[in-house]
Amino acid sequence: MGAISAFKLRMERRRCQVRAIRKSKDLVEVANRTQDIQQNDVLAFVTIRNEMVRLPYFLEYYRALGVSHFLVVDNGSTDGGCAFLADENDVSVWKTEASYKRSRFGTDWLNWLKFRYGNKHWTLTLDPDEFFVYPFCDTRPLQSLCDWLDQSGVRSLGTILLDMYPRGAVSGAQYQAGQNPFDIAPWFDAGNYMVSKNPKYGNLWIQGGPRARVYFHDEPESAPSLNKIPLVKWDRRYAFVRSAHMLLPRGLNMVYDEAGGEKTSGCLLHAKFLDTLIDKANEEQTRRQHFAGGREYDAYREKGNGPNGLWCEWSERYVDWRQLELLGLMSKGNWA
Amino acid sequence: MSVGFIMLAHAALHRAAQVASAVSEAGCPMIVHVDARVGAPYDPFAKRIAGLPGVEVSQRVVCEWGTWSLVDASRTAAEKLLARHPDLTHIYLISGACLPIKPIPKLVEFLGNHPDTDFIESVTIEDVPWTKGGLSEERFSLTFPFAWRRHRRLFDIWVETQRLVRRKRRIPQGLTPHMGSQWWCLTRATLQKIVEDPRRGQLDRYFKRVWIPDESYFQTLVRLYGSKVESRSLTLSKFDFQGKPHVFYDDHLVLLRQSSAFFARKIWPGANRLYRVFLESRRVPPQVALTTPAHIERTFAQATTRRTKGRPGMVMASRFPSLEHETVPTAAPYSVFHGFSDIFAEFPKWVRRHTGSRAHGHLFCKDRVEFFGGQTGYAGALSDGAALRDYDPDQFLRNLIWNTRGEHQSFLNSPRDTQKIESFLARDSNATIAIISGAWVLPLLRSKQPIDVIRKEAARLQKREADFIELLGERRARARTRMWTLAEFLERPLDPLQETVDSLSGVDSNMLVDMPEAKPLIGLADFLQSLRNSGMNPYLAGEIGEISEDLSTQSRTTGFG
Repeated sequence: MGAISAFKLRMERRRCQVRAIRKSKDLVEVANRTQDIQQNDVLAFVTIRNEMVRLPYFLEYYRALGVSHFLVVDNGSTDGGCAFLADENDVSVWKTEASYKRSRFGTDWLNWLKFRYGNKHWTLTLDPDEFFVYPFCDTRPLQSLCDWLDQSGVRSLGTILLDMYPRGAVSGAQYQAGQNPFDIAPWFDAGNYMVSKNPKYGNLWIQGGPRARVYFHDEPESAPSLNKIPLVKWDRRYAFVRSAHMLLPRGLNMVYDEAGGEKTSGCLLHAKFLDTLIDKANEEQTRRQHFAGGREYDAYREKGNGPNGLWCEWSERYVDWRQLELLGLMSKGNWA
Repeated sequence: MSVGFIMLAHAALHRAAQVASAVSEAGCPMIVHVDARVGAPYDPFAKRIAGLPGVEVSQRVVCEWGTWSLVDASRTAAEKLLARHPDLTHIYLISGACLPIKPIPKLVEFLGNHPDTDFIESVTIEDVPWTKGGLSEERFSLTFPFAWRRHRRLFDIWVETQRLVRRKRRIPQGLTPHMGSQWWCLTRATLQKIVEDPRRGQLDRYFKRVWIPDESYFQTLVRLYGSKVESRSLTLSKFDFQGKPHVFYDDHLVLLRQSSAFFARKIWPGANRLYRVFLESRRVPPQVALTTPAHIERTFAQATTRRTKGRPGMVMASRFPSLEHETVPTAAPYSVFHGFSDIFAEFPKWVRRHTGSRAHGHLFCKDRVEFFGGQTGYAGALSDGAALRDYDPDQFLRNLIWNTRGEHQSFLNSPRDTQKIESFLARDSNATIAIISGAWVLPLLRSKQPIDVIRKEAARLQKREADFIELLGERRARARTRMWTLAEFLERPLDPLQETVDSLSGVDSNMLVDMPEAKPLIGLADFLQSLRNSGMNPYLAGEIGEISEDLSTQSRTTGFG
């Protein structure tokens, strides 16, 4: 990489940071318990909007994994989610009515919170429907993974966003608060992903899965990105460029090995395809606050609710992380 | 008759204290050295171990990784132990992240049976496979005044400079440099000789400038003074491909029980179950078969292979080999039949019957993917949509081969297909490609279209096929290719088929008796001539002479004639 493009990327990173600081004015503090954060705590950063029904299980899942504190931006929920979170003693909440799109889908807000509270912490950047799975997650807490990454001099961990779906119409998967979403949506696509490299930021661009198969089979280039880097040992100088898909400085995107080996990686199980999606899709049709004008929600509305939904006879049923490791969707790397 | 311990601790002191109290309980003396850089956590630790009989703390010095300070700290502690406890026969050096994985009385008993043996991994430089930072003999011939962890840049510059001036330090006389794990268990006699060495000042000066002296000071001197050196560590520790120690977690319990070692390092401080089971549990541990290090070795060797070589043919969020590093782009061997479907009807079915290979149709057909049995999807939820496949054809094929590991795959190809996978096939050593060149004339022959239309189409297909054949002939091409012209094939069809089947099934005993059902060939020679007459030379088809119009009769006479 030449000096000029390096300089341009540095400027872009600075712009991201300036935006984050500017957009911090959007945020109104609801509950700030960040003084409870201890030195080695793993922190989760989340943006929510009307996701009350998801929150209990989300918190339960990540608490069990070892997340010590949740920093949440509530983007205008009207379902009581904000108040619910404000009562939890390991959650700090900020709210905003500002445009999700203009904060670049929440990236600016979360960049700010990480800048302010995440420095020198291992941070998870998540949506409330994403569930992080990593090698040995059934026997080793998140902290052990972070310790090991520290020891190995690794600053970030890559994942694929694995769309999970029910067998049958998506509207048939009726989700109750507190329930494990993968009890009703345990299916996924095991081996139809396409990977390429983003020459500018150096991150991998992964597409495919059920959405490409069902919604975008005629225009695969529009299929959503499934590459995510949710776990980062944060430093003030870092910034996410677009949600959790890519970061600057670009060394953080090198979560993959190019010499043939496998680095340690995980999966983000995506519990999006539940009955809750229907309200979202309807809302987004008028709100238009999502990436590329919510094209995906349109596709969903048009095609997604057939008798089989996203399910096909080649779908795989989720068992555990070892299954994902064997299928080649994640890797233990040299963590033994 | 007893063993004393030296413990070097620098983190997770609450765990170090737990181990110290277990040692104390077993009636063994111990001296603990805590890195002087440890701040606040030290006081509660010191308070906690002050009450333990036999456990003392030593004067704290700053211990930097890979420096002399570690040797110094352990030697000072050893001297102290030797002086205070004249009954000790062995001294065992452990770290704060070590955990006894066998009851300490077992260790005492074991050492009682080996009163004169020094247990220390000690191997000559030539035999050391781990050369961190690319340094092996240079560890002993250069000096290393800069800390590798903190001043990597200076460290590297200094090493390079010394290489440039061809510096070679003199190794003190009589020493043969040896290296090994820094966690040893030495006899009183050996240690005494080491600390009382008459050349101690000179040796200290030398080893202070060696790189990672804690892996070489005792390991070298034991060769001078030890009477019976057993070159292995009683502490189980495993290192990854970068020379960093592997960490043990709760799920390693069974593995640790199987080990024949007495201690293990390093243990993750949060491994509550390991600490509980090995330190607090009063139950007698179940007798498991010991000395099965093969299993332990395998676990960690696999980790290194996975990290350095990975699983071929798999691309994912943490593995994306660049073109020059990708030794083989797919996971398993597969076969491509180019041109066969123009001669035979239902060729995949015939392949399936004779070889067991999962024979697909034209996977790269223009309109859709022709999966085995006409299915609309396939393993791994691959879709039969052409647009999705053509978005990344290489990855499509790579996925198919990866998703069907354990079952041989084969598919049909033709110059009428998309031609988007050809360069991938050519560079894949897993691909076996059987080509009947010029077979594309047969559908044209049967099409009964005006010769002008046919001529254009024939020229187009011939060009495509020639390009493919050229790709396969390039020097960097890796695919295994067998090729026949249409004329050659029709003359003796059974031999190529037999060859193809043999290469797939790996046995050459099944003599083919039934041919795949051939499509009609009536008027082929005349058709080729009329193509030539119209100005298009179908040279890839070869010179077709008089052929029988019924291929199956043909084959029988030539095959068994």
